[in-house]
Amino acid sequence: MNEKRMLEEEKHFETIIAEESVCTNDNLVYEKPETLTDTPMHYCPGCGHGVAHRLIAEVIDELGIQDKTIGVAPVGCSVFAYNYLNIDMTEAAHGRASAVATGIKRVLPDKYVFSYQGDGDLAAIGTGETIHTCNRGENILIIFINNGIYGMTGGQMAPTTLIGMKSTTTPFGREVEVMGNPLKITELIAQLPGVYYCTRVAVNTPNNVRKAKKAILNGFKYQELKKGLSFVEIVSNCPSNWKMTPLESNKWLEENMLPFYPLGDLKVPKNPPKADKGELI
Amino acid sequence: MAKVKGDIIIDIEKCKGCELCASACPQDSLELSRKINSKGYHYIVKIEDNCTGCTNCALVCPEGIIKVYRKTDKKKEPIATIANVTGDITVTVQS
Amino acid sequence: MKELKLMKGNEALAEAAIRAGCDGYFGYPITPQSEVLEYLANEAKKRTGMVVLQAESEIAAINMIYGAAGTGKKVMTSSSSPGISLMQEGISYIACAELPCLLVNVVRGGPGLGTIQPSQGDYFQAVKGGGHGDYKLIVLAPSTVQEMVDHVKLGFELAFKWKNPVMILADGALGQMMEKVELFPQMERTNEIYPWATTGKTKDRERSIITSLHIQPDKMQEINLHLQRKYREIEKEEIRYEMIDCEDADLVLVAFGLVARICQKAAGLAKEKGIKVGIFRPISLFPYPYKELNKLADKVKGFLTVEMNAGQMVEDVRLAVNGKIPVEFTGKMGGIIPTPEEILHKIEEIYVGETA
Repeated sequence: MNEKRMLEEEKHFETIIAEESVCTNDNLVYEKPETLTDTPMHYCPGCGHGVAHRLIAEVIDELGIQDKTIGVAPVGCSVFAYNYLNIDMTEAAHGRASAVATGIKRVLPDKYVFSYQGDGDLAAIGTGETIHTCNRGENILIIFINNGIYGMTGGQMAPTTLIGMKSTTTPFGREVEVMGNPLKITELIAQLPGVYYCTRVAVNTPNNVRKAKKAILNGFKYQELKKGLSFVEIVSNCPSNWKMTPLESNKWLEENMLPFYPLGDLKVPKNPPKADKGELI
Repeated sequence: MAKVKGDIIIDIEKCKGCELCASACPQDSLELSRKINSKGYHYIVKIEDNCTGCTNCALVCPEGIIKVYRKTDKKKEPIATIANVTGDITVTVQS
Repeated sequence: MKELKLMKGNEALAEAAIRAGCDGYFGYPITPQSEVLEYLANEAKKRTGMVVLQAESEIAAINMIYGAAGTGKKVMTSSSSPGISLMQEGISYIACAELPCLLVNVVRGGPGLGTIQPSQGDYFQAVKGGGHGDYKLIVLAPSTVQEMVDHVKLGFELAFKWKNPVMILADGALGQMMEKVELFPQMERTNEIYPWATTGKTKDRERSIITSLHIQPDKMQEINLHLQRKYREIEKEEIRYEMIDCEDADLVLVAFGLVARICQKAAGLAKEKGIKVGIFRPISLFPYPYKELNKLADKVKGFLTVEMNAGQMVEDVRLAVNGKIPVEFTGKMGGIIPTPEEILHKIEEIYVGETA
């Protein structure tokens, strides 16, 4: 009796779906992760930070580690990262995020700790902290956003600004004789024995976004396995300070940034631990 | 009219009109509206009824404001039948 | 039973840190305090499992402290003057974010690279806020190796009571000299989880955010007002000082730390010459015993402030006294410790001047 009524109800329900809308919970295939708060982001339209934030939140949700994760925000555009990620976070001084993350991880070795840093923060003022944190092989994840410019302070030259690239402090383009060459800090870091995993990704296309998420997921997983430091560089855009539309900026990124900062793994574990789909060994 | 397999819901109030989703859409279903939201941005709207629910738009959306739905026929297909107890019971899997 | 030991100041301080149940030490070697890191590296991990890490710089060390203190753990660092200068940015962040931690400055003579000999030249830096913005550290000034031990325990208590960084302002001589100390028994490391700390956001609470960034001016003012209210409370509750023979003194020597002990010797010499000299030793430099000094100024004819610097605390003594009686100063700089005879000479100079 009961079964019969249930079957009838189900059939009825299915008819409604077919007739009305695809937008039902059953059919939902993508929505923003829970760990990403509802606070509207302060980033400029088209900025890659938003995607990077969302990917971190997605990974945290998939691994179910919200209650075990502590993030460190930098100084720069992502100084307010803690407004958007519903996890415990510490806002570090300019360049010191990896030292702050070290402090947290050392006293709470069983938590997941990551720092989120821009190019000015990580590769200029914080170079010392970055290299030594990596060299010690701190069991943390460093996420490095490289858009070749100081965003928050209004478009000044960054250590990663390309040769010839204009910024407010290199108004005629970066000259090697004056400012030196752009710093490929990720290549530098990949050499250090303490670094377990080092990769460069981008978030300019759907496919690159998928790869970027995979990289972040790996970083968290290796941390769980206590493998040492994971370093994920995300080559990103800065439409406002590059003075382009978001679409133009992604095109420019593809044509100028990526040839100099090629995507792909710089260091991968020789025998990577088997773990996919967010499951931990 | 093409059979609707996918759909999206955009939180237009949070949209900043960057158009990254529109360029990522393989179906060319998205376009900036002529209207603006309360923040003053032209927001993205779906103009074609040909969405496949591929999630590309949501993946590149910096604001995380696109929900994607996809109807798959596989859903609710019986995978096994349990023999008569007080009547047949149908078992379905949810994707 | 009392546990007595003959110990070097820096080592006694490190021993006290282990016994106080300290969870982590992050530091960088600098003379004359490197023994703290050395002692901890040798002893701490095997005894309590305490984390000890030699950072790549004082800047990194203080930021490790910032991160670790934000988790609610009992953490500390130590350095000496130039190293403490490097830490100032981080200290300002810690003070604003209201995190408990213990900082130790075994002061050496400056400015600049200066000398490795003892000095009190960092009084202003410690007490007036060496970094940017309106903030205060609770500052304790030990004068014996025993106090190097006691102030570690007290320092951690005050840091957690007020959610404020506490600084022990010692000097190179205190760090290097050996004295008999009574050690307190080993305290357990607590695993207390504080609701404000970053320990991982659980379902039952809002996320903890440790930050000193409040971009809206009204919010930033509110934070400042809150901090100032806290500092006023600290001023009410945490004044510590010592008075020796002040009751019937004509002249009172005001000195902190090691100098107060030299002053005791000088006061003894003065007594032999028939001059009644007392000693007032502020133990907490912030909060400073202004009222107590002001009260004392009603009873005596003059103050002589003695310091190992160009005259820093003397400004606070003058503020306290507010012109009631003369406040004289004598001091040595550049790593030279004043002798009792030199102080006596200054006492006699003042005394003769007054009686003439």
